[in-house]
Amino acid sequence: MDSHHRLHFKTFVMILIMIIAGPLGNVLLGKGMQSIDTTSIRSASGLLHVIGRVFTTSSIWLGVASLLTFFVANILVLSWADYSFVQPASSMAYGVVALFSVFLLGEAVSPLRWVGIAIICLGVFIVGRTHPHTTGRH
Amino acid sequence: MFKFIYFFMIVVAGTAGELCVSRAMKQMGEVKDFRPAAIVKVILRALGVKWMWIGVGMMTLAFFSLLAVLSFEKVSFVVPVTALSYVAGALGGKFFLGEKISMHRWTGIALVCIGVTLVFLGKG
Repeated sequence: MDSHHRLHFKTFVMILIMIIAGPLGNVLLGKGMQSIDTTSIRSASGLLHVIGRVFTTSSIWLGVASLLTFFVANILVLSWADYSFVQPASSMAYGVVALFSVFLLGEAVSPLRWVGIAIICLGVFIVGRTHPHTTGRH
Repeated sequence: MFKFIYFFMIVVAGTAGELCVSRAMKQMGEVKDFRPAAIVKVILRALGVKWMWIGVGMMTLAFFSLLAVLSFEKVSFVVPVTALSYVAGALGGKFFLGEKISMHRWTGIALVCIGVTLVFLGKG
């Protein structure tokens, strides 16, 4: 019973890390990219300049680190929990990314867009809740 | 038009990349030993599989497309639209891998499409 509870707690913590680190990574990438002037991208030297800026912007590296944290947590949790449990739980990330965009980047999200995001969360939840193995029934 | 190509890259190259990596990993067989030395060996062996390189190449393309889109679109617009990869994944699974898609799953996919449409329309 004790190890059962521990497994639940571990799963909960990992999913929490996933639904925070994933959206945070995307928000940091967005913050980094919006700080770079990409209007010169059409010329070859302009493109090189933009690429140079991408690799020297700290929020982009923080975003990449955050996304890596997400991937590691995802892989770890999948080694003991079912994909059909983890994936629906992580569908909340689409709501979290919208919340982070509003509170950390000051983006405006229209009511219609909130409804759309809620429906996406529901759709992703339902997709993941189905049986993940449909081929090669023996 | 450019915007459309970027989104297409994120969704299609990202999903195709995952399918390639999945194919490469299946080709290598189940990983049972998780000691660091064994994991390093698995990674080195993975580098010798052609599908791994194709997959990683496509995922890299998808990542840089994501960066490009984020330079001129809001995060709260871009990320919800990338949920379309569930649609691409289902179609890819059905047509390339011969998977059966249940009614239940089609319902979820339809909801994702409706949600993305509303996110598009809600551009304010």
